[in-house]
Amino acid sequence: MDSLKKEQSLGEILRFQLKNNIRQYAMFFVLIGIWLILTIATGGVFIQGRNLTNLLLQSSFIAVLAVGMVLVIVAGHIDLSVGSIAGFIGAVAAILNVYLGWNTIFVVVVALALGIVIGLWQGYWIAYQGIPAFIVTLAGMTIFRGLLLAVGRGETIAPISESFAALGGGYLPRLFINVGERNGFHDLTAILVVLLIIAFIVMQLRTRQKRVEYGFSVLPINVEILKIVGGSLLIGVFFIPLMTYRGIPYSILILMSLVLFYTFLTNNTVFGRHVYALGGNKEAARLSGINIRRKTLMIFVSMGFLSAVSGLIFTARLKSATASAGNLFELDTIAATIIGGTSTLGGEGTVFGAIVGALLMSSITNGMQILDVPSEWQMVVRGLVLLLAVWYDVSMRKKQ
Amino acid sequence: MSEYILEMQNIVKEFPGVRALDDVNLRVKKGEIHALVGENGAGKSTLMKVLSGVYPTGTYQGQILIDGQIQSFNGIKESEASGVAVIYQELALVKFMNVAENIFLGNEVKDERGVINWHKTYAKARDLLSEVHLDIPPTTKIINMGIGAQQLTEIAKALSKDTQILVLDEPTAALNESESANLLGIIRKLKEKGVTCIYISHKLEEVLEIADSVTVLRDGHTIETRDATKEKITEDQIISMMVGRTLTQRFPRVEHKAGDTIMKVSNWTVPHPDIPGKNIIDNVSFEIKKGEILGLAGLMGAGRTELAMSLFGAFGTNISGEVLINDVKVHIANPEQAIQKGLGYVTEDRKSKGLVQGMNIIENSTLASHYRLSRGNIINKLEEILLTTKYVKQLHVKTTGLEQLVKNLSGGNQQKVILGKWLMTQPTVLILDEPTRGIDVGAKFEIYNIMNELVDQGVGIVMISSELPEVLGMSDRIIVMHEGKFTGELDSGEASQEKVMHLATGGR
Repeated sequence: MDSLKKEQSLGEILRFQLKNNIRQYAMFFVLIGIWLILTIATGGVFIQGRNLTNLLLQSSFIAVLAVGMVLVIVAGHIDLSVGSIAGFIGAVAAILNVYLGWNTIFVVVVALALGIVIGLWQGYWIAYQGIPAFIVTLAGMTIFRGLLLAVGRGETIAPISESFAALGGGYLPRLFINVGERNGFHDLTAILVVLLIIAFIVMQLRTRQKRVEYGFSVLPINVEILKIVGGSLLIGVFFIPLMTYRGIPYSILILMSLVLFYTFLTNNTVFGRHVYALGGNKEAARLSGINIRRKTLMIFVSMGFLSAVSGLIFTARLKSATASAGNLFELDTIAATIIGGTSTLGGEGTVFGAIVGALLMSSITNGMQILDVPSEWQMVVRGLVLLLAVWYDVSMRKKQ
Repeated sequence: MSEYILEMQNIVKEFPGVRALDDVNLRVKKGEIHALVGENGAGKSTLMKVLSGVYPTGTYQGQILIDGQIQSFNGIKESEASGVAVIYQELALVKFMNVAENIFLGNEVKDERGVINWHKTYAKARDLLSEVHLDIPPTTKIINMGIGAQQLTEIAKALSKDTQILVLDEPTAALNESESANLLGIIRKLKEKGVTCIYISHKLEEVLEIADSVTVLRDGHTIETRDATKEKITEDQIISMMVGRTLTQRFPRVEHKAGDTIMKVSNWTVPHPDIPGKNIIDNVSFEIKKGEILGLAGLMGAGRTELAMSLFGAFGTNISGEVLINDVKVHIANPEQAIQKGLGYVTEDRKSKGLVQGMNIIENSTLASHYRLSRGNIINKLEEILLTTKYVKQLHVKTTGLEQLVKNLSGGNQQKVILGKWLMTQPTVLILDEPTRGIDVGAKFEIYNIMNELVDQGVGIVMISSELPEVLGMSDRIIVMHEGKFTGELDSGEASQEKVMHLATGGR
């Protein structure tokens, strides 16, 4: 309590933050390091707006899944069926859109609802029948892959409507300044970024004010300003590649909204807290009055929903649904989540970390593609990265 | 040859920032039962880890002599070869293997081709079991055995390795009185056969009953070794050596004025989950009054924890009976409803059922109170800090900050965090299941004071405890259970160890 009231110096705060979040920050720094290396190795191609936008788009459907996988793994479960579900729902969406000519909005609504229903189905078996998630979702992996082949008859379903395709490959429009499609300044993105920064600043100041109201200590004002400026700059820098290319793609906008929502869900809601508690100690959670079955069901409903989102984005990006859509997504998703610092034992993990993990995986893939590394070797490298990341995680834990 | 089978001389063991053992001397005579006592953190376990080679030679200073020979162990295998075996509080048996497989685990009985000879294994296991008076087939799986029988299996395992020095770390912590008595009897038998025993225990009564010598450790120092065969040692003497002060009164007893009945349980019956036709709780009825401590005594397996858990909605199906809280009939189907109706339950098993180890003090404290700390599913984090601060202060939790993970707290402070968690739910009736298990004397005393304060505030407390002095020292009323039934109720004035024990073993 005294530490709350003590005036802390900037150094102390930084040291404390670093010490307590070293695993998360470590992966973040590894990501920056890899970006630097790839930028140099590719003679600058990697860091260009065009490539970074591409990279984000490549990782978006995995990142969406990783957001939900954090909750699943934190709760001590696993979901092997996300790839098949994404593929199946993508195919259903394509059929509704291509063969039946449904409007994109209806297609999206039905697809999301289908994701929720599938989540209820799997969650029911796990939460209320007590079948391990590993088995239920292993079954789901084949069931939904089979259903995908059944509804799609193994064919490629194309072409989807333009508005549907925009979900995967479309960009926010430019408002006033039109300097050509692929170059220069994207004004709407800039406006959104400014709004985002303002929201960030307002939130920081409001939190500070609330803490003062409750009589808690706050950071010294100069440190607070430094934090706000630093945070704002980071947001700005992150969006520069997008701002200087074609703006924010719709899929990234969806991803960012999901990240914000799930970060809030895990940090600030009773549901989130309970998921971490039941992943950390199920019996203690039960005796604290937490309804474990209902929470478990909700976790898989959320995963089903996000699988639908991922399936929609992937289908939209390919402008078609294929029999192999979603293949091995579960592996990339689980890898991203674990690399992002989620404990394989449950109880620990963050949404932000999972996004960093997803970016890390796709950066390495993207870099190797630019460098023309043969795809078989890409697979070897990605496997090794996963192994190294978990090894690092395990050895850090031992030290603690 | 030396009089002492074991001499540990001037042992110093340092961890970063702490000197866990500071010039400790321990001399154990051949064939004696040597008790090692001290508060939690006094260095008993560290000393035994030095002895068993868990901390290899070179990581500590000082020397170990066995039969006058200097030893340098680099691991458990080496200390075992010299005849030292340590049985830890957390038993190290493989649950899904049977007794014989466990006894010879890592030490299998093989023929000359390296294949396990099962006939010989089972024959040897049978002999060892009879040596520890454990009357079960060696093919029994560990998972189907009680803790007492598991403990004896561990001892049999130690004997299979020609153990000269047997170290038992809190062997009776999880045993009931009759199992404990049985274990002590077996240790005496082993002594007759020439096995030396180092006996670590918090239960001083037991220590005085069995030990030939007592060594007291405090804060990593040897305080004294006394020879019980030459002089009379009392519990109070040992306690004053352990804590460095004389306790005039071990229980802060306060006379409470019991008020109205706040909870009434009638004809409560819970069927046994595994044995059809048997009731684990059989038609019990009782009342809890405002502002009293009701002690629930009984031996292990009497059904006290099951009674508490079933009332809390966390145990049993097809329960019959009725519960009134403040004269209103309530139906409790799960812990969530129990909390809403004003019940709190502090579990006997802090580590595996009480705490979320990876969470901090705030998150653990508020885990059962989110309905009060949130609006529309969103947690008010500042209110959370405020409320946690209040209880951390009230309960004197020693911590570097509210964001400290509970796994880094001492046992006593962890228990206080759990108490705080349940106080936060503002219970009408708080059930404390073994509230001072595994915590040191100082922290125990603090917990007793907190209980008294709560009672003053009008909370009704049900205390389940296996320590008779605690039950007698703290309860206003004592109910004794035996095999799922109530066998008697005693007022604090009339209760005595003998009376409680009589009822607990089924006498009327």
